Amino acid sequence: MSATHDLLLEARAVSKHFGGVKALTEVSLTIRRGEIYGLIGPNGAGKTTFFNCLTGLYVPDGGGFTFDGRPLQADAPQRAAARGIARTFQNIRLFGQMTALENVMVGRHVRTRAGVLGAILRNRATREEEAAIRRRAEELLHYVGIADRAGDLARNLSYGDQRRLEIARALATEPKLLCLDEPAAGMNGAETEELKVLIEGIRKDGTTVLLIEHDVKLVMGLCDRLAVLDYGQKICEDVPAVVQKDKRVIEAYLGEVPEDA
Amino acid sequence: MRHPVLHWLLRLPRHTAFLAVTGGAILLALPFVAMLGGQAWVRILDLAILYVFLALGLNIVVGFAGLLDLGYIAFYAVGAYTWALLASPHFGLHLPFWVILPIGALLACLFGVLLGAPTLRLRGDYLAIVTLGFGEIIRIFLNNLNAPVNITNGPQGITLIDPVKLGAFSFSSRTEIFGYTLTGPQKYYFLLLALCVLVVIINYRLQHSRIGRAWQAIREDEVAAKAVGINTRNMKLLAFAMGASFGGIAGGIYAAMQGFVSPESFSLIESIMVLAMVVLGGMGHIPGVILGAVLLAILPEALRFGVVPMQQALFGKVLVDPESLRMLIFGLALVLVMRFRPQGLWPSPERKRELLAGREGRA
Ligand SMILES: Nc1ncnc2c1ncn2[C@@H]1O[C@H](COP(=O)(O)OP(=O)(O)OP(=O)(O)O)[C@@H](O)[C@H]1O
Ligand SMILES: [Mg+2]
Repeated sequence: MSATHDLLLEARAVSKHFGGVKALTEVSLTIRRGEIYGLIGPNGAGKTTFFNCLTGLYVPDGGGFTFDGRPLQADAPQRAAARGIARTFQNIRLFGQMTALENVMVGRHVRTRAGVLGAILRNRATREEEAAIRRRAEELLHYVGIADRAGDLARNLSYGDQRRLEIARALATEPKLLCLDEPAAGMNGAETEELKVLIEGIRKDGTTVLLIEHDVKLVMGLCDRLAVLDYGQKICEDVPAVVQKDKRVIEAYLGEVPEDA
Repeated sequence: MRHPVLHWLLRLPRHTAFLAVTGGAILLALPFVAMLGGQAWVRILDLAILYVFLALGLNIVVGFAGLLDLGYIAFYAVGAYTWALLASPHFGLHLPFWVILPIGALLACLFGVLLGAPTLRLRGDYLAIVTLGFGEIIRIFLNNLNAPVNITNGPQGITLIDPVKLGAFSFSSRTEIFGYTLTGPQKYYFLLLALCVLVVIINYRLQHSRIGRAWQAIREDEVAAKAVGINTRNMKLLAFAMGASFGGIAGGIYAAMQGFVSPESFSLIESIMVLAMVVLGGMGHIPGVILGAVLLAILPEALRFGVVPMQQALFGKVLVDPESLRMLIFGLALVLVMRFRPQGLWPSPERKRELLAGREGRA
């Protein structure tokens, strides 16, 4: 495979400012197909802002993205999803009053086409599509391990299950790149371990993963490569073993990175 | 092969099937029973069922997509005036209903898109204010478009509007069927009932479809909806346009049924009434919306017929006129329902669960 074909995402000098706050300053990075790529950094480093720019929720003040060989249009989250970028949110954003199954079914929206006329007439094509949506949603709930909660309202799920449901919903959009914003936040050790297995499985099944995570152990164990942000700037990008030893990274974390991680 | 309706009934759980059959029988018998009390009661039924239609149209906008629309009656007005102008001596046009109704629906839809396209970025209260203004603008236009060119005939309104006609079969006159005389209002009742059944089915099917799920997702969390690839602007516009079209159809039938339209029928209070029907009944829940519409449509008429004779009997004269009493009761009902049943009189099971959970959580 050629080098360009190997690239899934290229961020070019992405900048984002909020008034005086420079949340991102010319951040450039590249993610290859099939890897698990980590994005770490102290609180307020700009990780979530990077996600928001990538998924079209924010318009970058400078720079841009090339995804899957073509530039990404800014300010169009629904296009980003259609192009194959899915995400979860740091502060879980589910459709609380819909069931777990319905949440995942909504995730199929962008890959299905039934319109108003189809909905009203319920013709064969629409019925078949609807059945396929349901089937796929059930599979995905099973895949992330919460099949038994299919009929429960999303808001009534446990914290860990909500995080899984968000992943299932994101996977329903058939992403090429799955962006996870601190998926292990609030999970206990066992849940985090299960999550790790899940993310590895997702990668094995062919989806590239971009992972923001504070749990350093999880990141170091899971990621092929990672970038470190500090005050909106990328201070390091390499394989975990190198990043751990990087002087600036250790400084940024004030020694928070354990030697043995 | 069995008839599809029969097939459908047989597949239902027994008590639901029973309810469907008795409910259907009652609905069919209603105009004949009402006739015993006089033609006026049949007209009241007609209006009630027209409001059900209207409320279900608004339910798409407010209940499904969660967009607060305080100017919904404007679309009703557009439909009504479309009919009035295309089927009355005013312009000397007398087009058949199957031409006018689609035009009315389309025009209302167009107005819906015109209003929606620039405003749907607004949220909640702001959208409500803009739609409220829009409703008033339409009414004021209708009031003043009699000069320099007389289009709407201004505040006098338009009279002698054609009824709904199917060839020689007119919905406004009497017909003999099986030795029974069917009056105009009774015929309109069945026409409206058929339309209502249709709009109920459309509402239900929309709600349980890819489109309906997208609307609900937008209502629950717009950012997340965008992130999974829903074009929120288009979906909102779609809800707006669909709601508007139903308003337009209802307006057309209203004009034909009354034979007369004037701008004062389309005031802000009418928008608020229809919205109250949706909210009181149970936003987004079809049976609830129907209940709300029937209650709020029947109440004032019941008052008019009940309160005046009662006061006369008790006090020898009318102390409180029914119109003031109607607003009083309406206001009181709104306050009470919002205080004690914020989810509406007949909410959808999920919404009820949510509110109950919220209450327990606080306790
Ligand atoms: N919408 C916004 N408006 C104003 N400032 C913002 C906005 N979003 C982020 N910021 C600021 O940008 C900076 C980066 O925030 P961001 O949420 O990207 O950090 P983060 O790396 O995700 O942090 P955490 O680890 O706490 O999630 C912070 O200083 C934050 O206050
Ligand atoms: Mg963050």
